[in-house]
Amino acid sequence: MTNHWVDIKNANLVLIMGGNAAEAHPCGFKWVTEAKAHNNAKLVVVDPRFNRSAAVADYYAPIRTGTDIAFLGGLINYLLANDKIQHEYVKHYTNAAFLVNENYTFAEGLFSGYDAEHRKYDKSTWSYAMQPDGYAAVDETLQNPRCVFNLMKQHYARYTPEVVSNICGTPKEQFLKVCGMIAETSAPDKTMTIMYALGWTQHTVGSQMIRTAAMVQLLLGNVGMAGGGVNALRGHSNIQGLTDLGLLTNQLPGYLTVPGEKETVYEEYLAQRSLKPTRPGQMSYWQNYPKFFVSLMKAWYGKAATKENNFCYDWLPKLDKMHDVLQVFEDMHQGKMNGYFCQGFNPLASFPNKAKIGGALAKLKYLVVIDPLATETSEFWQNFGEYNDVDPAQIQTEVFRLPATCFAEEDGALVNSSRWLQWHWKGAEPPGDAKGDAEIMAGLYLRLRDFYRKEGGAFPDPILNLTWDYAILDRPSPEELAKEYNGRALADIPDPKDPTKMLLKAGQQLDGFAQIQDDGSTACGCWLFAGAWTEKGNMMARRDNADPSGLGETLGWAFAWPANRRILYNRASCDPAGKPWDPKRAIVHWNGSKWTGFDVPDFKPDSAPDQGMEPFIMQPEGVARLFALDMMAEGPFPEHYEPFETPIGTNPLHPKVVSNPAARVFKDDLAQFGTAKEFPYAGTTYRLTEHFHFWTKHAVINSVLQPQQFVEVGEELAKEKGIQDGALVKVRSKRGYIKAVAVVTKRIKPLMVNGKKVHTVGVPLHWGFKGVAKNGYLANTLTPFVGDANTQTPEYKSFLVDIEKA
Amino acid sequence: MALQSLDIERRSATTTPSPSVREPMKVAKLIDISKCIGCKACQAACMEWNDVRDSIGICEGVYDNPMDLSADSWTVMRFSEVEPEPGKLEWLIRKDGCMHCADPGCLKACPSPGAIVQYANGIVDFHEGNCIGCGYCITGCPFNVPRLSKKDNKAYKCTLCSDRVAVGMEPACIKSCPTGALLFGSKDDMTRHAEKRITDLKARGFENAGLYDPKGVGGTHVMYVLQHADKPQLYHGLPKDPQISPLVSLWKGMAKPIMGIGLGLVALAGFFHYVTAGPNEANETEEDEKEEQ
Ligand code: SF4
Ligand code: SF4
Repeated sequence: MTNHWVDIKNANLVLIMGGNAAEAHPCGFKWVTEAKAHNNAKLVVVDPRFNRSAAVADYYAPIRTGTDIAFLGGLINYLLANDKIQHEYVKHYTNAAFLVNENYTFAEGLFSGYDAEHRKYDKSTWSYAMQPDGYAAVDETLQNPRCVFNLMKQHYARYTPEVVSNICGTPKEQFLKVCGMIAETSAPDKTMTIMYALGWTQHTVGSQMIRTAAMVQLLLGNVGMAGGGVNALRGHSNIQGLTDLGLLTNQLPGYLTVPGEKETVYEEYLAQRSLKPTRPGQMSYWQNYPKFFVSLMKAWYGKAATKENNFCYDWLPKLDKMHDVLQVFEDMHQGKMNGYFCQGFNPLASFPNKAKIGGALAKLKYLVVIDPLATETSEFWQNFGEYNDVDPAQIQTEVFRLPATCFAEEDGALVNSSRWLQWHWKGAEPPGDAKGDAEIMAGLYLRLRDFYRKEGGAFPDPILNLTWDYAILDRPSPEELAKEYNGRALADIPDPKDPTKMLLKAGQQLDGFAQIQDDGSTACGCWLFAGAWTEKGNMMARRDNADPSGLGETLGWAFAWPANRRILYNRASCDPAGKPWDPKRAIVHWNGSKWTGFDVPDFKPDSAPDQGMEPFIMQPEGVARLFALDMMAEGPFPEHYEPFETPIGTNPLHPKVVSNPAARVFKDDLAQFGTAKEFPYAGTTYRLTEHFHFWTKHAVINSVLQPQQFVEVGEELAKEKGIQDGALVKVRSKRGYIKAVAVVTKRIKPLMVNGKKVHTVGVPLHWGFKGVAKNGYLANTLTPFVGDANTQTPEYKSFLVDIEKA
Repeated sequence: MALQSLDIERRSATTTPSPSVREPMKVAKLIDISKCIGCKACQAACMEWNDVRDSIGICEGVYDNPMDLSADSWTVMRFSEVEPEPGKLEWLIRKDGCMHCADPGCLKACPSPGAIVQYANGIVDFHEGNCIGCGYCITGCPFNVPRLSKKDNKAYKCTLCSDRVAVGMEPACIKSCPTGALLFGSKDDMTRHAEKRITDLKARGFENAGLYDPKGVGGTHVMYVLQHADKPQLYHGLPKDPQISPLVSLWKGMAKPIMGIGLGLVALAGFFHYVTAGPNEANETEEDEKEEQ
């Protein structure tokens, strides 16, 4: 989240789109209730189904799954055409005025630089026009036809209400009604918050859906404002922490990045990531990258990491490509992997195309499952009748199951959607021989290290030199790990302002990331978490909910990264002179000598407004990007592309480029995509309040509340197919079928799309063949093996199915 | 909320006068249907606190589950898809359970002394130790709430967490509700809060929003805020004007504690349609035996 859960209460309008907060985040949803009760806020829900959020909304509009960019692009067009933008904000705080490279083009669904053979773009033209002085060229009058503002206007002029309605199936009046409600929040004293979740991320154009939402919020001046922002509702505890700590193949802790295979030169690696400002007077905060990187390497390799050996840069793996889960299972399926460690993950249930996942696991020599539950993955080789019809005699994979504790059985911090690191204490002892994940990993590491010590091996240095100074070697405590992430001084750090004083003495915990050094005198396991465990103790365990502003800025409650800041980009909540746009939402301001307020200012504390530093300090140009430069795989402006399995078989905007041209598709999977001819209905998977993923089917009460697998079918389609409420149906995709009880409902209506009636079949995903609920099919039997072009998050939300009575 | 005395105001089939030295405030639960998202946290909390577990059933083509109230499910969510105006879909989700009537038909119909009591704070509670399993409370209830257990043939229903309320806590469902759809407090406070909610709902276009506190049963200690108070039937058949069957009043007039039971049963057999699983008769010997055990 740019903002945080409590802040939702400050909104005038809550848009839930690409998520279903009441269903999947019922506890957080309470802040929507607060906004309605105390701020007279309106709630708008846009979703393929009239869902639990819609049940309490002021306005609901239907949309075909996978078409949110068309909807939001149409909204941008509406805001520009009706002059409903926050002009001052857009002019000063976005790159609207920046001129774009003269060779940048967009035509027939493709941006300049497309390489069809590799399904990739050469992104060199997705850049600013540069001045001779090395800075980006701007036209503050916004008159130049090549400025971002005009290119954006031109790009979205195609998204007329008629075009939107034709693609999304949203009736035109309903689309316009939503636009009208949202447009009101362009006033400086009105804000909209956007709550989204997997309904946006799980598409082949998922990242761009979220970007379009961010563009809308920038045009309305709602970013950095209390009650505004673009707010990702993280589903899985601790998925926010997972991303923060870089547990993705191309990431290091704190959103530092793994070097690519060509980046063999340390200085070049750093230079690429510590970009100089591209406008005068800007901060370009990532210039501090070397400090964070060096201190990370000091945390990992201690004394072994020296200036002379580039702080062990050569020990880091160099990436040939992303090894995301789809890539890994593709490799496994091709027989290129021997073993797989599966920690807190249930891929057989969670990843798309169950047949492929099961087939891949069967090619392994060994599989290690570290989990509190007996997952489907750990028994993929067992025959469970129609739910998992395999022949164990044909599967040679050896499976080891290591029982782990669950979150309630351990101390530690979880990072919630609000970016708060909240310490928690164990509520119960783990059963039997279950061990904490850290203990299991430590046990594995120590044994591996012994092997390397005894037998040498190909490249022992990174293993043998890893810092491992925990009090109990095979049981690093949560406290020790937390302190390591926070970081500490390795030598006395002098105060740059007064060399007679010390900032920190050797051995002291850092107060925050401002103290991190690039010379090896500090160690820090995750620069974003610096400040979480200081010399004052565990900041994550704080529980002071004092709220002096009444806006929910409880700085004494837990610790929020970065720097205990609650609302990101909060400098943008003030006008260029440093005065809050809305006095009721004053979270920070310039007091004449420094930035101060109820939140921790997201800005250089002593940079006076007249010095011209802009609020988006992480960007080299200091402003937010309506035009994304080369940061996205499929283009600097989001464009509507159809799901890979599209019910209309074309893209009404550009029939030659139907789906995301930059999405990676593996050859075998291409053959496994269905067409609307065979599979005429739009399928989509989702969660129910009664259950959490594939866990709670192991719990009695959840299973009482929602015992058996079902699918949702609209009344009209049910009638057509002779499907009775409560009857068993078979839902088929190109990849397999499931059988489930039909819930026939008024809440799913067919939509008119491109002259065709499109029905939606809803597939909740919580069932499987382990647990106490009624056994069922894994819903991901149906879903396609293709992901978002940037993140590779699979397209669980949009695919094609057929349905019949079972 | 302050500690609540459990002074008894009324007791089934009993004429002993009630204590009247203390006058505890009347309590009420307010269920704001316009805020309910049907998450069933209240159902889960009810099972947890009261230590009952219904069986793992099947899906019958709706979100509701368990499908009905039972001796192990004292509250269930009822989901209704309605179109009060053509094309304007609403998903109304009503938390069903005992309404804690000020004038409780169950208590009036109950022939067994002290099986049903009404506390001075308004809560209607079943004391299963005294229940003879005749099932008359079910017939007496205008909301079809009590259920006989297959295990012990005694009637069960929501207690409004009288055990929690007695020590100054809110009922378990109230504590669990994430959206504030459930509130608990004095009946006066709840009524006042409901007025504000109704004003808000009217401003949002629900012209007929109102409070459900039906007079036919003397008002209730569980009240609903309805978006369509003119049509309570939309909410999974919530009765528009619930009344205690006149036959219950008749029976009450006839009943004399203990000694009247045999006579009463004969008279009632013709009136009530309910057929229970076990024998309806209770006699003093049986009662005595139980006490000795
Ligand atoms: S709702 Fe039924 S069971 Fe509850 S108090 Fe009223 S009559 Fe008795
Ligand atoms: S807990 Fe509250 S929101 Fe959830 S179902 Fe019960 S009353 Fe409704």
